[in-house]
Amino acid sequence: MSEALTTQSAPAADPETAVPSLGRRLLKDPLGVGALGFLLLVVLAAVFAGVIAPYGWNDQVLADALQGPSSTHPLGTDGAGRDVLSFLLYGGRFSLASAALAVVVAVGLGAVSGLIAGYFGRWFDSLGSWAANILLALPAMIVLLAARSVVGPSAWWAMGIFGVILSASVFRLVRAAVQGVRNELYVDAARVSGLSDVRIIFRHVLRVVRAPIIIQVASIASVAIAVQAGLEFIGMGDPEIPSWGKALNNGFTKIYQQPMLVLWPGLLIALTCLALTLIANALRDALENTGATQPKAPGHAGTPGATQSSVEDVPLLEVHGLRIAYGVPGGVKEVVHGIDLDVRAGEVLGLIGESGSGKTQTAFGIMGLLPVGGGITGGRVLWHGEDLVSKPAKELAALRGNKIAYIPQEPMSNLDPSFTIGYQLVEPLRQHLRMSRAQARERARELLARVGIPDPARTMRSYPHEVSGGMAQRVLIAGAISCEPELLIADEPTTALDVTVQADILELLRSLQQDLQMGVILVTHNFGVVADLCDRVAVMQEGLIVERGDIREVFADPQHPYTRQLFDAILSEDDVRPAYVAREMAR
Amino acid sequence: MSENLIEVRDLVVEYPGKGRRSAPLRVLKEVSLDIRPGECVGLVGESGSGKTTLGRAILGLAPVTGGQIRYRGQDIAHMHRSQRRAMGSEIQVVFQDPYTSLNPSMTIGDILAEPLTARRVPKAQARERVKELLDQVRLPSDALTRLPREFSGGQRQRVAIARALALEPSLIICDEPVSALDLSTQQRVLDLFVEIQERTGVAYLFITHDLAVVRNVSHRVAVLYRGDIVEWGDAAQVTSTPEHPYTQRLWMAAPVPDPDAQEVRRAQRLRLLAQQAELDEQAGAGAGADEALPRSA
Repeated sequence: MSEALTTQSAPAADPETAVPSLGRRLLKDPLGVGALGFLLLVVLAAVFAGVIAPYGWNDQVLADALQGPSSTHPLGTDGAGRDVLSFLLYGGRFSLASAALAVVVAVGLGAVSGLIAGYFGRWFDSLGSWAANILLALPAMIVLLAARSVVGPSAWWAMGIFGVILSASVFRLVRAAVQGVRNELYVDAARVSGLSDVRIIFRHVLRVVRAPIIIQVASIASVAIAVQAGLEFIGMGDPEIPSWGKALNNGFTKIYQQPMLVLWPGLLIALTCLALTLIANALRDALENTGATQPKAPGHAGTPGATQSSVEDVPLLEVHGLRIAYGVPGGVKEVVHGIDLDVRAGEVLGLIGESGSGKTQTAFGIMGLLPVGGGITGGRVLWHGEDLVSKPAKELAALRGNKIAYIPQEPMSNLDPSFTIGYQLVEPLRQHLRMSRAQARERARELLARVGIPDPARTMRSYPHEVSGGMAQRVLIAGAISCEPELLIADEPTTALDVTVQADILELLRSLQQDLQMGVILVTHNFGVVADLCDRVAVMQEGLIVERGDIREVFADPQHPYTRQLFDAILSEDDVRPAYVAREMAR
Repeated sequence: MSENLIEVRDLVVEYPGKGRRSAPLRVLKEVSLDIRPGECVGLVGESGSGKTTLGRAILGLAPVTGGQIRYRGQDIAHMHRSQRRAMGSEIQVVFQDPYTSLNPSMTIGDILAEPLTARRVPKAQARERVKELLDQVRLPSDALTRLPREFSGGQRQRVAIARALALEPSLIICDEPVSALDLSTQQRVLDLFVEIQERTGVAYLFITHDLAVVRNVSHRVAVLYRGDIVEWGDAAQVTSTPEHPYTQRLWMAAPVPDPDAQEVRRAQRLRLLAQQAELDEQAGAGAGADEALPRSA
């Protein structure tokens, strides 16, 4: 899998196609741009209310009360004869400012305490988490109503208190983000360089938590505006200050005389909250989706009329001109450029190459398991002379479990941590071989014993985290051979293991291969592993096979310059560093 | 002989157990080792043997429960963090994973200047030093304004080496610095390590699981097995005529990149395993408990 990822992220490594800046990505989202524009308009209108508004907010002309929209009063007048437009413009000042107050309090309190709790942990973390849990459990509206009876009808106080309640969610967010980054190696490196904790937090940690905080701010602001309007609407606000909520309240009392009065403030509040939510979404998309990889339908540009050898000598697997490509922003990137391979029954083929050479892609391509975004764009994969590329997915899946088996590189990540090993072995047996539960269990025990697990019964009851990496790989091998496959594809099966365990696993693979007479494709970057196990070897470089042949011939006399270069890079056993000579240190 | 740069004496590192009552996990059991100025000491072992923990303990990143780590005669194992920071420039580190050890959002220039600015080196001087460092690790000077993701694994590891060199340390802990690299890159980075050592006289603790690597770069080798050093001596001796059964097993397990030689070694290894299993049985030590010695299938 890691191979697939590196190839997919490869385009990002190219400075030409580097991920565009946050601002530019945000501008590509029409909803986000619209929402941002609207919010900007609302804020500017509130700030310049004194200039724009045709009247003062409290200019009452009782004679003009409850008028509909007209040229003198664009949105009409309320029950006290005030101009609705002016009231809303001035009201925006307070509504937005009080929401801003709640946000500032929430972020100030939540982010700082979250940083401390996440970075230093210990008692502060326990205390902070405990406080946050209590705050999250409190019903905000009731707290605000209770607070009003203590501190009076001050909306600022109410919003400050609301900010404290909201800070709990910011605290949790920041704490989790900081805990994630605290153990990164680059933070360790900074510590070793002698940076103080404060500097580490400012230089390394804040950069990581910045994005989630920005997103959270937008959604908190939207909640604050809604709650503030709610408080004003039920008459819990400060009567001396205009606000959107109060406009809503005024309108509601006159709803039978002039229904339009509820519409304007309601629309304004709803649209502002909507805009904030959309901005939060757009920000999240822009911050979290970097490289836009669109999946690409594989075209079956198979070259017909390829070699059809005589029936008796049909290899197990033949690959002709296989091409694999990935969709990348602005086109298609081909990672395997038309390769030929064949494996006979009972033969071990080594596929060797450096990272990014396309060897894992080839293995996945043969199995029809390319990750999303990738596809076979040309060539044929012949299984007993039958093309797999054009086969429906269902038939391929049946083939995979039965005739073609696979061993991955990372044994641990290929076992589900929430099921016992026994369950994970037994279920496929029942599925594929239609065994009864008891039969399948017996067979699983046999398989585990066959792959050298000392106490199969106990291992079957264990969960994956209870066994070592080498044991986990044995379990996966047991699963792979359970259907006695004709072809085994092993993708770096020993790379993640210790050298002594690697030797044991190689020994196991050898004996299984001989017992079952399987064909094996062994993907690896280790020449020692190839020398140990393979009959033939194919050397891959940048999506092409540059050399292939019998292993003894290739090792004795490599033809291609790249193969020779790889052999030269092997650290020779005879290269021992000259003995240590003490010398005067001029320091 | 010059005196030791670092001396580890009976070092014990324990991590608290999971439950309140469970015993602490003893990762290092009274480990002793020393490194001389300008020397490269290889530390070999399997995963879980405690080799990374030993490196982290010297760096002050692991909890030391017993023993001493003396740096130029001064005990640094039980130092307060602020004291430790004051001498932070003396011991530096290069981690295994060149992808996570560099902050992805900082430019190479910022990454390299960071340790310098932390020491309050004037800006102009820091800029000069950063250029010098890039030159030392053979990276082009236009790398300064670029981000880590624009570089390959080998190049990133060069950046990490440059960062470690920035403060002119006398010891660098190299924690599997070439394990994540491709074969051809690996050799070039190893050559760079040796070359830098010969020029600047910096000492290395070179942690690795790759025996060919340790043989190539180390003057002396320590073999760590389950928190104990089981063999410790000159690289040539430990790697060609190992004495401890575990070290022998370790050498035999590494496959040789030559089909015929590997066939011979494979046979030797199976013979050795059979012998050791027999010995264990005679000693009644319960070979079954030893997971590193499973019956070959």
